[in-house]
Amino acid sequence: MELAFVLEKFILITVIFLVSLGVAAYSTLAERKIAGYLQDRVGPNRAGPGGMFQPLADGLKMFMKEEIIPTDSNKFLFIAGPSLALLTACIGSAVIPWGPNIILGGKTIALQVADINVGVLYIFGVVSLGVYGLMIGGWASNNKFSLMGAVRAASQSISYEIPMGLSLIALLLVTNTLSLKEIVEQQHGGNWNIIYQPLGFIIFLVCSFAETNRTPFDLPECETELVGGYHTEYSGFKMGAFMFAEYLNMFVASAVMSTLYFGGYNYPGIDWVSNLVGPIIGPLIAMAVLFAKIFAFIFFFMWVRWTVPRFRYDQLMNLGWKVLIPLAIANIVISGIVITVYDKFF
Amino acid sequence: MSVSLFYLVAFLSIFFSLMVILTKNPIHSVLYLIVTFFTFTIHYILLNAQFLAIVNFIVYMGAIMVLFLFVLMLLNLDKDSEPMKSNFVKIAGLIAGLCLLITLIGSMKSLNISDPVILKDPDIGLVKNLGKVLFSEFLLPFEISSILLLTAMVGAVLIAKREPKTT
Repeated sequence: MELAFVLEKFILITVIFLVSLGVAAYSTLAERKIAGYLQDRVGPNRAGPGGMFQPLADGLKMFMKEEIIPTDSNKFLFIAGPSLALLTACIGSAVIPWGPNIILGGKTIALQVADINVGVLYIFGVVSLGVYGLMIGGWASNNKFSLMGAVRAASQSISYEIPMGLSLIALLLVTNTLSLKEIVEQQHGGNWNIIYQPLGFIIFLVCSFAETNRTPFDLPECETELVGGYHTEYSGFKMGAFMFAEYLNMFVASAVMSTLYFGGYNYPGIDWVSNLVGPIIGPLIAMAVLFAKIFAFIFFFMWVRWTVPRFRYDQLMNLGWKVLIPLAIANIVISGIVITVYDKFF
Repeated sequence: MSVSLFYLVAFLSIFFSLMVILTKNPIHSVLYLIVTFFTFTIHYILLNAQFLAIVNFIVYMGAIMVLFLFVLMLLNLDKDSEPMKSNFVKIAGLIAGLCLLITLIGSMKSLNISDPVILKDPDIGLVKNLGKVLFSEFLLPFEISSILLLTAMVGAVLIAKREPKTT
């Protein structure tokens, strides 16, 4: 029993890890294709049919390049920076419920690595750790531009964590639980949280852009001001690790947003379909629906990147502290009053 | 299993907290402190206090240490620019440290060697139970500590505010 449990979780973790790496790799291709489409050009189309093998070619290029470690840098921390960025990007997916339980030969298999009862807080903690990779890498490079990037990453992440946490509090007032599995199950039957928390979702979305360092909030690597920001000195695969971490973060953030606000793996008519196709295919279809939602969010991330120009640094801070935080607090107060009145009189 | 895990994590906590004060480079000190806080998180999980573990993770590792690192990165801490401490300061530090050690040993001696507290409810650390206790039995201390935090916040804003020009 114990061995079967360990084996089951091990397989699940491996599959999720490989899938997230695959999604991240193909996000790089998708980004360039979407950028091409939005700018009325073709995008990469040489490697394989329609450019399908471009991520492999890019990966090979990253491996083959010379690794340069600056002479005056702190060698250990210089390597630890990108490693930490990759690590924190990977561990976030551990608490996301990917689908309903599969019943295989009388045995229930949960499509979630760990259903901990503080799942939402765990996600929040992993998000707040994500900045260490950037900070340590930027500082260890011993370059003024990198240091500026690291400092910007730290202050931006600290500033946007606050409205993100406050929007989560309003969501928790609605759900009454911190377990992601229960939050998804509550949204069964079109009862999605976006209906109850539209403002909270918009705040969360803006903060996810800031926490994943995506344009319009990619100030830490702002190339018009800082050469390359925190990864100015990085080359070869360490540079690739930072880039990969960004796409992994985007994947996890999309998964979290779909789970918290857009019903997770639920879709209209899930009961009817799962009765029709049985307890193995049904959950897999639900999982496919979750992935469709995730891909829609990743597309949205890219769409915004190639549409909205980068913010100026003071605009970023004003937006965070003077707009998002008061809005998030107002959202908590209004949600609290509405829920109390509703519980009392209906 | 659980006991040996505890000893391993406890050893790691002590080792990393010693490394915090033994390393010369302040950035390394802060990084060791982060690892120390991580071992504390593991301790909380071993004690079945999930909420405390995750809050320690978010607040200390995710927020406070980022700010520590942020401040240290802006200070240009080189060996040349650091002022040399005189021997007098070193001796005074040694005496003060030994006094603290004696006080600690004295207070430890008055404790019983093994006095395990047996919890009535092992699930007290879960979010639901902790919230219920905090908002009923310990409501007054909870509110007072929140007022304390608010005061600190107002004070910080007041200090950070630009002073109006007197001339």
